[in-house]
Amino acid sequence: MQHYSGFGLFKHSLSHHENWQRAWRNPTPKKKYDVIIVGGGGHGLATAYYLAKQFGVTNVAVIEKGYLGGGNTARNTTIVRSNYLWDEAAHLYEHAMKLWEGLSQDLNYNVMFSQRGVLNLGHTLQDMRDIERRVNANRLNGIDGEVLDAKQVQELVPHMDCSANTRYPVMGASWQPRAGVARHDAVAWGFARGADAHGVDLIQQTEVTDLIIEDGTITGVKTNRYGEIKADRVGCVVAGNSSVLANMAGFELPLESHPLQALVSEPIKPILDTVVMSNHVHGYVSQSDKGDLVIGAGIDGYNGYGQRGSYPTIEHTVQAIVELFPIFSRVRMNRQWGGIVDTCPDACPIISDTPVKNLFFNCGWGTGGFKATPGSGNVFAASLAKGEMHELAKPFSMFRFHNGALIDEHGAAGVAH
Amino acid sequence: MFHIYCPHCGEYREEEEFHAAGQAHIARPLDPEACSDKEWGEYMFFRKNPRGIHHELWVHAAGCRKFFNMTRDTQTYEIKEVYKIGEQPTVVAQSAAK
Repeated sequence: MQHYSGFGLFKHSLSHHENWQRAWRNPTPKKKYDVIIVGGGGHGLATAYYLAKQFGVTNVAVIEKGYLGGGNTARNTTIVRSNYLWDEAAHLYEHAMKLWEGLSQDLNYNVMFSQRGVLNLGHTLQDMRDIERRVNANRLNGIDGEVLDAKQVQELVPHMDCSANTRYPVMGASWQPRAGVARHDAVAWGFARGADAHGVDLIQQTEVTDLIIEDGTITGVKTNRYGEIKADRVGCVVAGNSSVLANMAGFELPLESHPLQALVSEPIKPILDTVVMSNHVHGYVSQSDKGDLVIGAGIDGYNGYGQRGSYPTIEHTVQAIVELFPIFSRVRMNRQWGGIVDTCPDACPIISDTPVKNLFFNCGWGTGGFKATPGSGNVFAASLAKGEMHELAKPFSMFRFHNGALIDEHGAAGVAH
Repeated sequence: MFHIYCPHCGEYREEEEFHAAGQAHIARPLDPEACSDKEWGEYMFFRKNPRGIHHELWVHAAGCRKFFNMTRDTQTYEIKEVYKIGEQPTVVAQSAAK
């Protein structure tokens, strides 16, 4: 792998940047792999990267229906934080947060991780009580957080209307300074390049049409382009389509797929240097490095596989944003898009072994998968390498819906679902 | 934006008057005390999530506030039919019709 550096940039400028090495190969798959990962999104690519780099399993293929990073990885609002309430979730997201902090160096790829802080606003007394509880829980887990009052919020975000004259006045907020944003495409590309450099085969534009299961053990997958490919272990990381793949394997998952939308405005001058989220009025907004406002909406109320989302949901979110930031009322929106998220009844992911031997699923991240990308990939890679679940992943077993050990994380999930 | 026919009001109204309440036709176990943890968990949490024909429960929340069922395609978003609680759908997925 060609190392990226300032010197390299200078050197390549002498040949008009025409001789850069390709970021990853486009190989023909082998007949058999140690591990096949179905799904080439952020979590799948991160899994492949850590499998090869940290656990020495390099005979790995990632099979992707479309192109790398063309799914939910590039269809989100890029927010990264770890202020979750329950210990299990807090540990998992904090594990990811620690990996984020060194990710650009680790990958030799600038993922533009920016720790500009995240505010979660409170608009009612109950919101404020929940915020205090969550911040205290975070601090007990060694995660940074503070409770701010309306005046402190106003100082941090001078353009937000924190007066008492709004319909839902801002009473305060939780503040996680280490949280922030990362460039979502770069995350996918960085992990893809890193995995490829360690020998992982990235197989694009190839759809897994069936899973090959013999005597309750998975032995490979069927694809539309290359026929059967054998594997000792298979990990499915196909957010949005997890139910479809689980049905191929002959079991059900407690998931519902919904479109989740986001939109960006035309670029404007720097006005917002942090991330503002509000569960109560339901909107979240940040400003990207190139100046556009990145606004996130909620999920549609009904199941859907259309990557669009409904108009009432956008209207609802934009109302909330304009109420918080009246100054944004004349900003025009450039683009809107939707991704399919699979939501769990307890708003926590499923990282789990399954009723089929050697088949593992990593899914159900709902609306909060992007922030977990490196951590999710890391614990899933550890589980695939050893054939048993990583300690941090164990509470997220799919069997928790049978034994009742749920992790009810709707409050910190940030989006009502 | 859906235009949904409410079988109780007998009129088409906009999506915003309605609220989707998840999968339809979920039968509560007749003898909950006799359920295993697995059976009870599946009744509580496991829902159909098809890519295609789906039977859903809706409520006309800002209208007559009555519940009814809908058959809808989750991929094309086409509403195939609406029918009252207690009635059976006429449009079913081929895989389910076996």
